[in-house]
Parts: sequence; structure tokens; C-alpha cells
Amino acid sequence: MKKELDVIYLTTDFLIIGGGAAGCYAALTLSRESGYSALIAEKAHIKRSGCLAAGVNAINAYIVPGRTPEDYAAYAKKDAEGIVREDLLLTMAQGVNQTVAQLEAWGLVILKDEQGRYVTRGDRNIKINGENIKPILAAAVAQEKQITVLNQVNILNYIVKDNRVYGAYGIGVEDYAFYVISAKTVLCATGGAAGLYKPNNPGFSRHKMWYSPFNTGAGLAMGIRAGAEMTTLEMRFVALRCKDTIAPTGTIAQGVGAKQINALGEIYEQKYGLTTSQRMYGTTRENQEGRGPCYLQTKGLTPEQDNELKKAYLNMAPSQTLKWLESGKNPSEQNVEIEGTEPYITGGHTASGYWVSTDRETTVRGLFAAGDAAGGCPQKYVSGAFAEGEIAARAAKNQMDSLSGCNPTSLPESLAVARQKQALEAILNREPPLFRTEDLEEAMQQIMDTYAGGISASYRFTVSQLDAAAEKIGQLEILSHDLQARDMRELVFVCELKERLTLCASLIAHLRARRETRWPGFAENSDYPQKDDAWLKYVNSKQINGRLAVFCRDLVPQGERYEHQDR
Amino acid sequence: MSIKIDKERCLGCRQCLSVCPGSLIQPDENNKALIRYPECCWGCASCVKECAVGAISFYLGADIGGRGSRLTVQSAGPLIHWHIEKADGSRQTITVNRQDANQY
Ligand SMILES: Cc1cc2nc3c(=O)[nH]c(=O)nc-3n(C[C@H](O)[C@H](O)[C@H](O)COP(=O)(O)OP(=O)(O)OC[C@H]3O[C@@H](n4cnc5c(N)ncnc54)[C@H](O)[C@@H]3O)c2cc1C
Ligand code: SF4
Ligand code: SF4
Repeated sequence: MKKELDVIYLTTDFLIIGGGAAGCYAALTLSRESGYSALIAEKAHIKRSGCLAAGVNAINAYIVPGRTPEDYAAYAKKDAEGIVREDLLLTMAQGVNQTVAQLEAWGLVILKDEQGRYVTRGDRNIKINGENIKPILAAAVAQEKQITVLNQVNILNYIVKDNRVYGAYGIGVEDYAFYVISAKTVLCATGGAAGLYKPNNPGFSRHKMWYSPFNTGAGLAMGIRAGAEMTTLEMRFVALRCKDTIAPTGTIAQGVGAKQINALGEIYEQKYGLTTSQRMYGTTRENQEGRGPCYLQTKGLTPEQDNELKKAYLNMAPSQTLKWLESGKNPSEQNVEIEGTEPYITGGHTASGYWVSTDRETTVRGLFAAGDAAGGCPQKYVSGAFAEGEIAARAAKNQMDSLSGCNPTSLPESLAVARQKQALEAILNREPPLFRTEDLEEAMQQIMDTYAGGISASYRFTVSQLDAAAEKIGQLEILSHDLQARDMRELVFVCELKERLTLCASLIAHLRARRETRWPGFAENSDYPQKDDAWLKYVNSKQINGRLAVFCRDLVPQGERYEHQDR
Repeated sequence: MSIKIDKERCLGCRQCLSVCPGSLIQPDENNKALIRYPECCWGCASCVKECAVGAISFYLGADIGGRGSRLTVQSAGPLIHWHIEKADGSRQTITVNRQDANQY
């Protein structure tokens, strides 16, 4: 029997794509500060979706007493070797403390000293119990009548006309439904992308990765297709993580002060420099030069510290605690082996993502971006994602105020709807092709790993290798046109693969364009192994008439706001 | 890294289906929970925490050092009891209080 999709039309003022940290906070801001309606379309369920599903361990972006937002921006700029948007960093940093206070009011537990002050970890972090940070946000959303949540709806494409957004198309993850959602303004808060590269554990535990494997770069791919400008995709994020479980290391490194050591027991962490990418590079080099494996030196911790570590990991990465129990050895008896992950695209840690104005509007009118999907503003983490959600919601409100009357939410033409729907139904109804979605996914990850600087290449590549990667990814894109899905969940898998392929093509073009090596631990261009300050500029890209154009922009000067002049 | 669902215990309440961030769990022909894509599990333990009857356990794949230990969760107010049963049958519980912040 032919499978058909039911078309469901919905209308809202502010459509929020992705109900994670940024999306939920944006919805809550809009409903608190205006009478506009918000609709969150979430591919999973907002109670436990996105990066925050397992919990987080600390608030990584906080302005601790004695520090200023300017200090935070200056630190992030230095760590990113200058390729940042200071307007975005500063406005983000100005917002974080207020959002954390709000989360505390909703029930987030934050560690305090006897005087009731937050206990800090290093210069920028505060300690929390983040196991239930997502249920706390979801509960706050559920209180608001102006917010509608559509769980299990996967958004696929924007509705765009003359470079203005009018809503988005999506599908049910379980139901045979095709959604046409009209909106006055739209926020992209779909997070970053994992799964582009061959992961650390490519076998059975292929999804035991650090970044959420369910953040597939959907929002970025939709933007690329719609002609939105992207920035700094070449600044990939490679994380230093606990081997096998790929659990975060900050709790051990900063929490109990464990040092990074090589197999000879030498402390190497200061040897290569102190930026995030240099510290990552250090571990790669130690391994390359035969001094691996590398560890966090936990031997000699106290039994008390053992217990606290096991609890802390249960609150954010329970597999690491299970790993300690499984091995029968506590951290105090055995150093924790560390390794670099596959490269991710995540605007919450590095500067890659949508090119936005200070108000977080993208180059498509009415379309905003926040959190891991938005570029130019590294080291925003969870509190920065909240702050960006707040900034974007306020800007969307102002735009809707000024547009009122002259911008009726317009439905897309019925022909366009029919075309989108038919393309999806074709995937559901065709005969199985030679290759399955997972075959092409594996091929993509293999190509990226080998030719575009994955783990097996020690994050290195040459320009000729990138050209080969581009050609091979292009071939997979053609093969992906024939993919088949037996049900809606499989249809989502097909769409996710296509998103990743689109993003891979842009990523390769960005890596190729930056003819220097600025962040050695994240990417090393063997043809241009040095940092070259002629490259103190942004590498941006956008699709023009179906072709990807890559170009540079000058750094936005400190103290200036940025409005789009030429979109 | 993945989960096992104990069909005997499962009540078919569908809570785990709805919270999985990857929509990996589906109902089987008897309306009990079935992990349809075990190798796609992220290991976030959301489903494990959501199951009120402790029907879901969590284990490490052999490729990342799993040796057969299983982790289940029992929530009691602010307390989360994490029960670990090793392959040799030995058991251990670690209790975490949601009201206590991480010390590190
Ligand atoms: C394992 C891990 C641990 C971390 N720990 C910390 C920490 O301790 N402290 C800290 O400050 N930060 C931490 N971070 C960073 C922080 O979690 C992220 O920066 C933050 O969650 C980003 O928010 P976001 O809204 O952009 O993305 P997310 O919170 O991931 O939200 C994105 C949402 O979009 C949804 N989505 C994706 N695609 C679609 C689609 N096509 N249609 C509909 N919905 C879609 C996803 O399901 C998800 O709900 C951690 C991140 C990870 C991965
Ligand atoms: S939450 Fe537990 S009881 Fe409910 S369907 Fe899932 S496994 Fe069964
Ligand atoms: S552990 Fe997380 S990813 Fe794995 S099945 Fe359960 S909810 Fe889904």
C-alpha cells in the first residue's frame, strides 16, 4: 500500500526549531516579555533532548566575583586566536549570570559556601548539580500558556521567499505527518553537528561520543540550502575526553586538579601552550612521537575524592562511573586514559555556525540563531546558549512589534508544499536501493576521517586531500537521492544523512579556504602548517544560485555593534 | 554502550519511548518497550531514569571495556539510587541526592 503523509498546517508568531538550552530559554523569554505566541518544534522530547540529556556538570560560562564580561570576552578571543565576534561575546557574557539566577529560581541546585556565595571552579565556572537541568527547563516551559511544544517533530526546511523566512516544514518522527508551520519570526536552535567524522568507537558503541549524536547539523544544513551565510566552520571542535566513554575531563582536571601525563609519567600540559586547541594538540603530539598513551593523573587521590568523582559522573556521564566499577579499580588506583575525539561542529565551544548580527539575526530576514548553531561566539556553553536565546527572543519581539500589520504570516504556495511532500513520500515508497542509509553514513565518515582530517589522520590534511574529500562527498550526495525509508523513523535517518552531507561539503570548503594553521589541535593544514596573521579574518560562505561561494570578511572591531549591510 | 529492557517488568507505559533523545525505543507487538536501534544509543541514561519499575538497565559495549555489568536506577524523591550488578552477581549501590551539587 502506498504510504502517504497527512498535511498539518500550524501557525505561530515565533517558531523555535529545537527545544534545547537556547530554544527553551528563548520561548520562556518571549512569553515573559510579550504577548506573542511561541511554538517549539522538537525532534525528540524537551524533557531530555539535545546536549543536556544526561545532565551537565558545571556552568562553564559565569562571570565570577572580581571579573567582568569584558574579561570573559578577552579570554575567549585569546583562546580562539582572535577569530571571534567581540560584539557577540560581550553581549553573551553580559547575559549569563542573570540566566543562571533564573535557572536557580526554577530549581537548579548550585553549590554555595557558608556565606551563601556560589563556589567557583577556576575563573569562569560554578559548580552545580546539573543532572536534571533539562527537566527543570521543560517544567518551566510547561507553565507558560503562550508556549506550545510539538515533541517528536523533526524540522527539515525553512519556508523562505525573497530572503525572508515565513516558517518551516517538518515531519513526525512516528506519525505519518507533514507539518507546514507558518510564523512571523523563526529561531534556529538545533545545536551543532556530530557524526560527520568516523567516531572514536566505530563499532557497536559508535554513538558513545561526546557531542549528542542526535544533533545532526539540521539547522545549519537548512540554512545553507536557504542561502544563509555561515562563518568559521573550519574551526572544528576536537575535545580531550576520557578514553572509551568519551566523558568530559574537566571534572577531573579542574575539579581535583589532575595533571595530563604521558606514558613516561611526564607532565606535558604546559609544553604546547595553554589555549584549548594547544592543549588538545599536546596530546596528539605526545602520541605521534611515541610517548602515548596519555592520562589524567588520578593515582593517589583520596577515597573521598573517588566517591565524589563517581557521583559527579553519574550526574552527567554515567558510563564513566560504570567503567570504573567494571574495571574494579577506582580513579585513585588507576590513571584515567584520555584521547581526542572526532571533530564536531559546535558554536557553543568554537566560533562555527550562522553568521549573525549582534541581535542574533541571520542573513535571512526574520530568521535568528542561538546556541551551538550560532557562530562567532565560542565558549558560550550552556549559560551562553540561554543568554543567546534571550537576546534572539527580544530581537524577534522587536521585529514583530515593528512589522505588526504589514507582515501577515503568509502560507507557502500549495505547489511548494506539494513538491516537498511528494519528495518525502517518494523516499517512503520506492524499492530498496543497493545502499542503505547506514552504508552511506559509514562511507561519509570514512571519507571525512581519511581526507578531511579525522582521528586517523591526526586531524591533518592537505589541500589535495580536501579536494578528494569534496569529490567523494559529492558522489555520496548523488547516491543519497535514491535512499529508501520503511517508516518515519527511517525517513528521519535519511534526512539526517543528507543534512550531514550538505554540512560536510561546506566544512571542506572552509577548511580549504583558510590557508594557515591557526588552531593546531583542531585542524592542521599540512600545506600551510604555520599561523599567518594575514588570516586574521573570518572565512564565510553561502550558497548563491545553488553554488557555494566562500569569501573572507574583516574582523568586526571591538566596541562595535554589527548589522547586516549586504545580505 | 546500550540498554536492555526486561520485558517481564515492563508495563508498557511508554515513558522511555518519549524521552529518548534519539527516538530509539519503539513499542513491540505486545506494546512493551523495544530498543530498536541498540547500537545508536548515546548512553545518556534518560530512559533508565524515566522507568518507574526499573525495567531498563544500562551496560557498556564490549568494545569500550564492558564486561557485563548492568546499571539500573531507582528514584526516591530527591534521591537517585544507582544499582550496579556485576557479571559475577555482586551488587553495589551509589546514592546521589539531587539537592547536592557536585563537589568538583
Ligand atoms: C556531553 C556534553 C556535556 C556538556 N557539559 C556542559 C557543562 O558541564 N557545562 C556547560 O556549561 N556546558 C556543557 N555542555 C555544552 C552545552 O550543553 C551546550 O552548549 C548547550 O546545550 C547548547 O544549547 P543548544 O540549545 O544550542 O543545543 P541543545 O541543547 O543540544 O539543543 C538542540 C535541540 O535541537 C533539537 N533538534 C536538533 N535537530 C532538530 C530538528 N531537525 N528538528 C527539531 N529539533 C531538532 C535537539 O533534539 C535538541 O533538543 C555540554 C555539552 C555536551 C554535549
Ligand atoms: S518506561 Fe519502563 S515500564 Fe514504561 S515502557 Fe519503558 S521499560 Fe516499560
Ligand atoms: S540511554 Fe539515552 S540514547 Fe540510549 S536508549 Fe536510553 S534514552 Fe535513548
